[in-house]
Amino acid sequence: MDLKDLYRDVIVDHNRHPRNFGRLDPADAHADGFNPLCGDRLTLYVNLDGERIREAKFEGSGCAISVASASLLTEAVKGKSRAEVQTLFDDVHTLLTEHDASVDTARLGKLAALGGVREFPARVKCASLCWHTLNAALERASAPVTTE
Amino acid sequence: MNAATVPVRRTDFDVERIRRDFPILHQQVNGKPLVYLDNAASSQRPRSVIEAIDYYYEHDHANVHRGVHTLSQRATDAYEGARETMRGFINARSTREIIYVRGTTEAINLVAQSYARPRLQPGDEILISALEHHANIVPWQLVCEQTGAQLTVIPITQSGEVDFAAFERLIGPRTRLLALAHISNALGTIVPVEKFIARAKEHKVPVLLDGAQAVPHSVVDVQALDCDFYCFSAHKMLGPTGIGVLYGRESLLEAMPPWQGGGDMILSVTFAKTTFNQLPWKFEAGTPHIAGAIAMAAAVRYLQSVGMERIAAYEHELLDYATARLTSIPGLRIIGTSPHKASVVSFTMAGIHPHDIGTILDTEGVAVRTGHHCAMPVMDFFEVPATARASLSFYNTFEEIDRLVAALEHARKLLA
Repeated sequence: MDLKDLYRDVIVDHNRHPRNFGRLDPADAHADGFNPLCGDRLTLYVNLDGERIREAKFEGSGCAISVASASLLTEAVKGKSRAEVQTLFDDVHTLLTEHDASVDTARLGKLAALGGVREFPARVKCASLCWHTLNAALERASAPVTTE
Repeated sequence: MNAATVPVRRTDFDVERIRRDFPILHQQVNGKPLVYLDNAASSQRPRSVIEAIDYYYEHDHANVHRGVHTLSQRATDAYEGARETMRGFINARSTREIIYVRGTTEAINLVAQSYARPRLQPGDEILISALEHHANIVPWQLVCEQTGAQLTVIPITQSGEVDFAAFERLIGPRTRLLALAHISNALGTIVPVEKFIARAKEHKVPVLLDGAQAVPHSVVDVQALDCDFYCFSAHKMLGPTGIGVLYGRESLLEAMPPWQGGGDMILSVTFAKTTFNQLPWKFEAGTPHIAGAIAMAAAVRYLQSVGMERIAAYEHELLDYATARLTSIPGLRIIGTSPHKASVVSFTMAGIHPHDIGTILDTEGVAVRTGHHCAMPVMDFFEVPATARASLSFYNTFEEIDRLVAALEHARKLLA
């Protein structure tokens, strides 16, 4: 286990200077994420243009991995459709949990910096918390949009 | 390091001899010699405890209180002999007052359900403090929901001490029980329980003490304390997991109904009427953790061979040293600064989340606990999401504290 592989420069930078940090008000949807094991808490806000995420912000407190992951997420999902976000989530999940994973790192962009997390199984939840929270927010955003 | 700020090591405690008795300590973790500083979560076991378990299963195992055959008799003798050892360990009057349980949590639940529940009326109060472990909060919340009683919480001060003046205001005619930690697991505070018990007695309020953190570090005498219930777990005092003790004052235990039914807790059973067994077996339904009880007694014998006073004195030196060294780290804040503490140092570091501290220390072979320590209200009070906690045992060394400090400096360089 190499710490430098976990705390890569991109991670350290996004932890020290989280991007898109703060509240979106008004927001089309938001959701809270909580990891009771370590006390990570975050709220994720999204504004949508139809099926696309126009804007994403987050606030909360957590470890370097969870803060950096959320910060990277808000940059990565901007302008993406729900389907594209789902693909990205699947890629990130594979990256975080599967050894010898064949993930297209070009598609992941900066998110590939989370690749060191899989060597630290206790920390996978820290990195994935924001993604589950985003899913919850998007589900919530879709809930009222029924045509019945 | 400024020599003036670090206490002089006066100890003549032969820690290297002690360490030879603990096989698990002699290993590499992530390529570094293990530094185990998570003793408040669970301690490690000396060889004599591990051997007691092996010996029992290799020579004496059978069910207890059942057969006339030799093995059953041997198992029963060892199991009941262990009860006498536990009685002596906390100076209970009688082995009838020593109930084997799974641990502190089960002990408190037993008292909540068997002692408190039948007595509580709507509007009655259970008094606890704000530094309790979840095990001394949730069982009372459950019994309050069941009875309409109310849970009242004594506040703590900024140094992490239970506010005695507030306690005096809160105890009253509706208080039915006071349940307090003897030593805080999250902060290390040694609660001056004698003072609280004396005042509770004036109000005729019985007192339960959560002694999980106290028994490994100090002499506990339930008669001198004059408490009514005392709860502790073996695994925090060098013994196995899954076994512990509920001490109860005999007159109270006699008046309490059994809380679980089954074998061993009965004298006779017909479909019309069951006669319950006597103390302590009335509260021990089913085949117990026989090997656990025997090994717990072996742990007590080990502790006593070292000497509880010597253990407490050495751990106090470790605490003073760790406190001084950690205080010298820029941005480090110790949570829990009572002048009377057990060897527990909870802390936060500016710009570094405790969870990252835990991971970075682990790569250096240093094991600490990070998180809320099953005391979320304590974290809320100090407005921190979590802390890192180094909890020291008498097999730890000054050099290991130096390793902790070096690892924390490493963390600071990496992330702060």
